[in-house]
Amino acid sequence: MRTVDLVVIGGGSAGMAAALQARKEGIHDILILEKEDSLGGILTQCIHNGFGLTEFKEELTGPEYLQRFVDQVITEKIPYECGAQVLDLSKDKVISYSKDGKFETLKAKAVVMATGCYERSAGAIQTPGDRCSGIITAGAAQKYCNIKGYMVGKRVVILGSGDIGLIMARRLNLEGAKVICVSEIMPYSAGLNRNIQQCLKDYDIPLYLSRSVSRTIGKDRLEKVILSAVDEKMNFIPGTEMEIECDTLVLSVGLIPYISLLNNVDCPTSSTKGAVVNNYMETMIDGIFSCGNCLHVHDVVDFVTDEGRTAGHGAALYLQKRIHKENDIKTIAGNGVSYIVPQFINKNADENITLKLRVRKPLKDQWVMIKSGDNLIQKIYKSAVIPSEMLLINLSKDKLAQITDNLTIQLEDK
Amino acid sequence: MKEFTCIICPRGCSLKVDDNGNVTGNFCPRGKEYAINEITNPKRTITTTIRVKNRKDTVVSVKTTCAVPKGMIFEVMKVINTLSVNAPTRIGDVVLENILDTGANIVITKNID
Ligand SMILES: Cc1cc2nc3c(=O)[nH]c(=O)nc-3n(C[C@H](O)[C@H](O)[C@H](O)COP(=O)(O)OP(=O)(O)OC[C@H]3O[C@@H](n4cnc5c(N)ncnc54)[C@H](O)[C@@H]3O)c2cc1C
Ligand code: SF4
Repeated sequence: MRTVDLVVIGGGSAGMAAALQARKEGIHDILILEKEDSLGGILTQCIHNGFGLTEFKEELTGPEYLQRFVDQVITEKIPYECGAQVLDLSKDKVISYSKDGKFETLKAKAVVMATGCYERSAGAIQTPGDRCSGIITAGAAQKYCNIKGYMVGKRVVILGSGDIGLIMARRLNLEGAKVICVSEIMPYSAGLNRNIQQCLKDYDIPLYLSRSVSRTIGKDRLEKVILSAVDEKMNFIPGTEMEIECDTLVLSVGLIPYISLLNNVDCPTSSTKGAVVNNYMETMIDGIFSCGNCLHVHDVVDFVTDEGRTAGHGAALYLQKRIHKENDIKTIAGNGVSYIVPQFINKNADENITLKLRVRKPLKDQWVMIKSGDNLIQKIYKSAVIPSEMLLINLSKDKLAQITDNLTIQLEDK
Repeated sequence: MKEFTCIICPRGCSLKVDDNGNVTGNFCPRGKEYAINEITNPKRTITTTIRVKNRKDTVVSVKTTCAVPKGMIFEVMKVINTLSVNAPTRIGDVVLENILDTGANIVITKNID
């Protein structure tokens, strides 16, 4: 069987960054496997700007951002195969994939998983009512509109105020559709404030909070939706129904890491629905790494690129047999924190480590407290925190040296 | 009196600007500057797509090279929607110069081979 030192599964932002970093650290035998016809991943369809502020200090559109990495992959002569869908991954890292209708297998010494995420669909949220056409996820609408140039509808309601929903509200409106409203079940928006301003308020598109679709109505094509207010327990409140005539319901109701390939290797997962990893982005399975949206859902691609590099660095250390194997420190999401990546830290890593976390709900004037056991290692003031904005905490080598016990991160009112 | 959300940082202050141009609600000075720009001359960069004539069911993404006045967004869109190109396209290719005298060019943002 053909063997390859490092196989990267998925050629999006995370996968390309991982491959480039591993190459930079001396790994020669690399192969990127990508199921689509070209490298790039989801950014191919994100044509709006705002990408690259951290990475390149300029504002780029999605396709411009990804092209810079595709160019580097080509200059570095990193082998990649497009149209190569990975079907199976085993514990001893045998990979099977289909390519041009043929079934191929190869054995990798190390694997980086960079397969991205998928969108929750109507079935997943169980919208009551008719199953008619005209109900589509925001990502699918984005692909139709931005790649193929089809309009998905004329009168549109958007369910869910995540960033993709907000971006699509603006996009469909610009292309001449009437975007009637965005409806969000939570009492606050899941998207960034700036997107609410630029995508909704700029175009006078109303945002209804604590409101969701209680019924979809239509024979073949969607004709109406009923929006109802919800109580704290997310139950619809009778008497609050709003009937809205529309031909399209766009769902922006959440993204889930795509990790079905890890099922066969019994890889432990965390509350992010991605794999449990250490500071090298190594999963609990020897030599299998994970990064990007298949690890935890990101909103800013610059951080995806950075995480991909960490995974590529880890894979290089692993192949060079220089990786530290003990996962001695556990990270614990304390008060107000919904998750932390990585879940384990290696105390002897001897390098700076970035912890990424999200808060549970929007709060103002908070201390982010980082404690090892009872010892306060660091506290950082934040004038505001929101769940849609990931927090990054850099642990320098000296701070790392002070850590003796499990690391808890929690919020405290100032 | 105008009200809007400051988009400069995640705090997202609710800014109010009265008729004399006094800004309130900003937690820091950056909010004030933003509010004044928003009142005097709000501008936005437009990103959209245009048809690729020699490819079936394909559009290519474009953008304005600088922000254009917010009030002109739909006029600018009308002009962009009349444009089309042939593949291959390269990032940075200029499709139209100085659209509606705004000083912005329309450039390609995606390579299509
Ligand atoms: C619809 C949508 C819109 C988004 N919009 C924005 C935005 O506007 N701004 C922003 O900063 N972020 C946005 N994001 C977040 C965005 O996902 C990240 O910024 C980043 O691009 C994710 O990179 P990734 O490499 O982890 O995943 P992806 O870019 O999704 O790459 C994963 C790649 O793996 C491939 N793959 C998956 N399974 C297999 C398999 N079995 N075999 C082979 N290949 C496989 C896929 O084809 C894909 O190319 C968006 C995400 C989604 C889903
Ligand atoms: S006013 Fe200052 S603190 Fe408030 S959102 Fe704007 S930049 Fe942030």
